Amino acid sequence: MIAFLVRRLLQAIAVMAVVAFCAFFMFQFVGDPVNQMVAEDATEEDRQYLRESLGLNDPIPVQFAKFALNAAQGNYGISYQHKRPVAALILERMPATLELAITAAVIAALLGVPAGVYTGLRRFGFTSKLIMTLSLIGISLPTFLIGILLIYLFAVILGWLPSFGRGEVTHLGAWETNFLSISGIKSLILPAITLALFQMTFIMRLIRSEMLEVLRTDFIKFARARGLHNRAINYGHALKNTLVPVITIIGLQLGSLIAFAIITETVFQWPGMGQLFLQAVQVVDIPIMSAYLIMIAFFFVVINLIVDMLYYVVDPRLRIDQPGGGGGHG
Amino acid sequence: MAEQTAESPAVVEDSARPPSTLHRIWDSDVCFSFRSSKVTMLAAFVTALIIFLAVFAPLVAPHSPFDVATVDLMDAELPPAWEAEGDKRFLLGTDNLGRDLWSTILYGTRISLTVGFFSVIFGLVVGVGLGLVSGYVGGYIDAFIMRVAEIQLSIPGILIALLLAGVLRGVLSAEAYNDAIVYVLVLTIGTSIWPQFARTVRGSTLVERNKEYVLAARVIGLSRFSIMVRHVLPNVMGPVLVIATINLAIAILSEATLSFLGVGVPPTEPSLGTLISEGQNYLFSGLWWITIFPGVVLAALVLAVNLLGDWLRDALNPKLR
Repeated sequence: MIAFLVRRLLQAIAVMAVVAFCAFFMFQFVGDPVNQMVAEDATEEDRQYLRESLGLNDPIPVQFAKFALNAAQGNYGISYQHKRPVAALILERMPATLELAITAAVIAALLGVPAGVYTGLRRFGFTSKLIMTLSLIGISLPTFLIGILLIYLFAVILGWLPSFGRGEVTHLGAWETNFLSISGIKSLILPAITLALFQMTFIMRLIRSEMLEVLRTDFIKFARARGLHNRAINYGHALKNTLVPVITIIGLQLGSLIAFAIITETVFQWPGMGQLFLQAVQVVDIPIMSAYLIMIAFFFVVINLIVDMLYYVVDPRLRIDQPGGGGGHG
Repeated sequence: MAEQTAESPAVVEDSARPPSTLHRIWDSDVCFSFRSSKVTMLAAFVTALIIFLAVFAPLVAPHSPFDVATVDLMDAELPPAWEAEGDKRFLLGTDNLGRDLWSTILYGTRISLTVGFFSVIFGLVVGVGLGLVSGYVGGYIDAFIMRVAEIQLSIPGILIALLLAGVLRGVLSAEAYNDAIVYVLVLTIGTSIWPQFARTVRGSTLVERNKEYVLAARVIGLSRFSIMVRHVLPNVMGPVLVIATINLAIAILSEATLSFLGVGVPPTEPSLGTLISEGQNYLFSGLWWITIFPGVVLAALVLAVNLLGDWLRDALNPKLR
């Protein structure tokens, strides 16, 4: 267990180092920070002075070490566009994105898992076929189009739900939440469904195919021969054995929720990190872009670690073969 | 593919002659599974139709969205022809600038398809090349390439594309960026899809490299490069076709998404993504057609290509026969 953990941790650190280097490289490559900071009429001496004081004349490895040290402490510099520390900007907007992503993940899991089990068990039923067809359409519609269609239906035609923004938010210390006011919850519904839809179809299709695979195996036949109830077989044996890939995918999909949140936030003008990042891309605000890159990478690495550990808990086989296959190639 | 269905039955009936190439294709497993699936044939038809219309857009389209002389702002925001205020000249209505929506969609699909195809080709060439080297040469090169691919695979492609687009925006001036937008999109989207090709090809290369024909080729003293390219490569291309088809759908979606987000095709150029994005601003005034029609075309295209990809995956998988 410990050897496994240490190896995964080392890999995670290596990944973070590579990503940090990419982020650092963006600063090197794109534009000259001195140009962003000095006045138009600055002399060459002023520039040289600024250059020296910013440490831009240091050797590249030294600069990178400084950058990595700063990044590890959450210091990503000042946004070119907002003229404020990047870390503060991101932290301010994090609650909005996290609430959106978590709500979407919950919706996706709550609807996706039962739908997957149902379509797996009643493979040829009419309802199953209907659900499968709908899911295929769901996969082919881009996220932004789904959002726009929902806005058109529920906000423009029916007028039930707001079409943009977070509505009224309640302050809990530094955290602004949507969950404690009617208008906040109403504003959350459409973006959360938009974000959840793709994940939901994904989870559903995955569980369905895994169920189909497991239901074909010998131990299910044996369970039937033993005279177990259908419910015990379907949920106790079959569903339980689909969990390893499902956990992996749901875990990894959490990351893509954050990525797709960029699109959803743009459609619904949701004031989250994704919107901040997109605006940064549009005006080439490198500090925000690199901070976002590092943050997302960190998020992915942590999720990957957790998923690997969950494997360990769920699948006893992984605990036995330490030397060869313990790495958990997920 | 659609043309074969029309002429081939005659060939099938005549079995006295030795089978022609066309006959052999018609009788093959892949073609059989194609004929027996109506959904696939419909998907192939829709894909072919959209590609045809896009390629021949200058001939098919009644107006040219690039021709400023024919665009009249007085015609702006007209609903589709069948609505009360519609104009017969504009079948699907006009957009906010007075461009004929039908023509604009045709030209927009052109950009979407161009970017989609070339992105996949770019991703395919890079991915297959690296996968082949990775699998055949092995060692540190293999470890390095596969680590990079793994890291990239765990991050969603659209995020990679967005980051790259941001960096390129910084490197190029705004004007140069817009001029080179097709290349920029191909580069960013292609880069975001190469790891899938690389992983698959590496997997099959690892199997192929130990087979006897490779050994024989080495014995007669062929260089590594020519063994890889001329002997291993043709044998690992099967699954690549499936991945390429599925990724074509993804690439088209990515282009639309990037353009929708404002980092792709500039708003003045017609593209499905920019049309939908422009249309969103007018949705509240009831101008639904600017968004809905391009959206339908995009969804139909992606759905059809996805269905083709699904079918191809099943048809080429011997386990499922």
